Amino acid sequence: MELLEFARGPALAASAAVCVLGLAWRLYVVLGRPARADYSEPRRSDLVAGAMRTIFAKMLPPRGVKVRGVAMANAYLYHAGLALVAFGFAPHIRFIERYTGIGWPALPDPVMYVASGVAIVGLVIALIDRLSDRVLRLLSGFDDYFSWAVVMLPLLTGMALIDRPYQPAPQAATPVSPGLLAIHLLSLELLLVWLPFGKLAHAALVFVSRWRTGADFTRKGAAI
Amino acid sequence: MSGPDLDPLDFDTPRFTIRKPAVRYDQQGDASDAERSAAAVRAFVRDMSRTAATYMESCIRCGHCAEACHFYLASGDPAHTPIWKLEPFRQAYRREAGPFRWLYRKLNLAPEPAARELREWQELLYDSCSMCGRCTLACPMGIDIAGLVAQARHGMFAAGLVPHELHAVAERAEREGSPLGATPKVLKERIEWLCDEHAVEIPLDLPRAEVLVTLSSIEIMKYPKSIVATARILKHLGVSWTLRSEGYEATNFGLFSGNADWQRDMSLRVINAALACGARTLLLPECGHAYGAMRWQGANMYGKPLPFRVLHVTEFLADAVRGGRLKLKPLAGSITFHDPCQVSRRGGATQAPREVLAALGAELREMPAAGNANWCCGGGGGVVTLHRADEHRYRAFEIKMKQVEATGAQRLATSCSNCRLTFDDGQAHYKWDHRIESLLELVAEQLPT
Repeated sequence: MELLEFARGPALAASAAVCVLGLAWRLYVVLGRPARADYSEPRRSDLVAGAMRTIFAKMLPPRGVKVRGVAMANAYLYHAGLALVAFGFAPHIRFIERYTGIGWPALPDPVMYVASGVAIVGLVIALIDRLSDRVLRLLSGFDDYFSWAVVMLPLLTGMALIDRPYQPAPQAATPVSPGLLAIHLLSLELLLVWLPFGKLAHAALVFVSRWRTGADFTRKGAAI
Repeated sequence: MSGPDLDPLDFDTPRFTIRKPAVRYDQQGDASDAERSAAAVRAFVRDMSRTAATYMESCIRCGHCAEACHFYLASGDPAHTPIWKLEPFRQAYRREAGPFRWLYRKLNLAPEPAARELREWQELLYDSCSMCGRCTLACPMGIDIAGLVAQARHGMFAAGLVPHELHAVAERAEREGSPLGATPKVLKERIEWLCDEHAVEIPLDLPRAEVLVTLSSIEIMKYPKSIVATARILKHLGVSWTLRSEGYEATNFGLFSGNADWQRDMSLRVINAALACGARTLLLPECGHAYGAMRWQGANMYGKPLPFRVLHVTEFLADAVRGGRLKLKPLAGSITFHDPCQVSRRGGATQAPREVLAALGAELREMPAAGNANWCCGGGGGVVTLHRADEHRYRAFEIKMKQVEATGAQRLATSCSNCRLTFDDGQAHYKWDHRIESLLELVAEQLPT
């Protein structure tokens, strides 16, 4: 079996399965922990609305509290860059469409190149920050650095492919560089395999955590 | 071991706690280190509810909580980063309750927190966290770090690793009913003295009353004029009320020290007193943590909804203002207000004191980052009781002083006697020219004649 065939076939299926099942297991165990009954008289009862508000409000910088502004701005930038590259780039949309049947219009390639650049530079800045800031250095462990690496890898291996013009599958019988494409796919699959086990799971947990605080604090009328 | 004879109370300084111990006993009992570690882990695991587990899984190690913490800013020590204070709790979670616990145990990726580590963390969990919850505002994941610190303290208590002073006052509160020696006998004597001195009526042990009034020991021992103020206001409003000698102490050092059984005992004393006199309202004094302990945790200690309302005194006053029952003489000049964290940010009653201040007609000059984002005075969570925390607490208090000074207000008020105590202590330490006042007392002074 060719490497590309392996990456597109069993490796993709296995990594996707690990990602979905691992994340489901993590959420199942967390949500399966005992919930404490709260008998206090609620100040407010719009808990679902409060939880939803918190999910969105926490996407914005906090009010009245100073945070590490540059780090936060950088986080916005590389998250936006990653989202654009993952879901706006024509080959990625085609890839998703091939497996799910769902597609959407792609963004122009120049926008993708800028987004990739922003994501890569942003991630480098985040790593420098993590290594140089005393607080972040103390808080950081294997998960933080490995998660950084598995996000960076698909970006770098993807960049290695963009000097070759993308052609949709019907036009191109074989990819321009099957070896590089296989490595790119395998790096994505590494990310999928790691996602449920480390901090990258915040992609899902962010909703659970903010929902929990939003509902509990809304009940009290406390500040979020 | 600490005890009442070894730990006399000190009422000669602006801050009331036990006298500075000549020899510190920051661990209780004679358990081995292995037993302490195991006891802590058992207690940690008991507290790992769905919410705690969600939070443990969600931290992205961004460090934003550090900038929100007055104790971190005061020391610049990364160990004072709020989320780092929970590291032993996190370790225990990963090893004992997390989704991949078998992997963490098999490969020893999260070793059981050792007693040595827990001793090291005692300073982080008790001395340098007032559980003010400002870090939650900064957390992009919305993690309630203060709530987790309260839970982590349960493990510390189980391990017998509570700071000397805090254990001593908590134990005294459990045994005598008050952390500061305000026993029922002392309360009775105080009331008799206050009634004579101020010509007010302070009902004690009435069989029936609409409102059960509770007090903070700090008020009884240091700020008794607050009791007089309460009596005058309630008389003015024509409220039927009483104090009850079986349940008058609103502070809850069981909560601070991390002993959930003591917390329950202390809450039940007050709840049973309210039930005994058929009160429809349980009135909490100017005390921040008493509000959190009773308003938000009291029913959970009781095990079912409480059959009466629980109100902080500022909520009660705001209610009276809103209902047109309380009109006040105007207070001249400008004033700024220090929000007690447990009442405002964490308690949801941020607007109540502002409604009362509006009724006073004074020019309210809000501090920078006022209300929900207000800086803690540094004395909450039992920190003010700890002598060894003084230096760090004073440095944290400097943030508060700057915040107050930025307003240029002529007066400074709050609605928490523990904050007041901390301000008085800070004022004496820095010879600061600002004196904090009680909002309740200001209201009593401005009652129409």
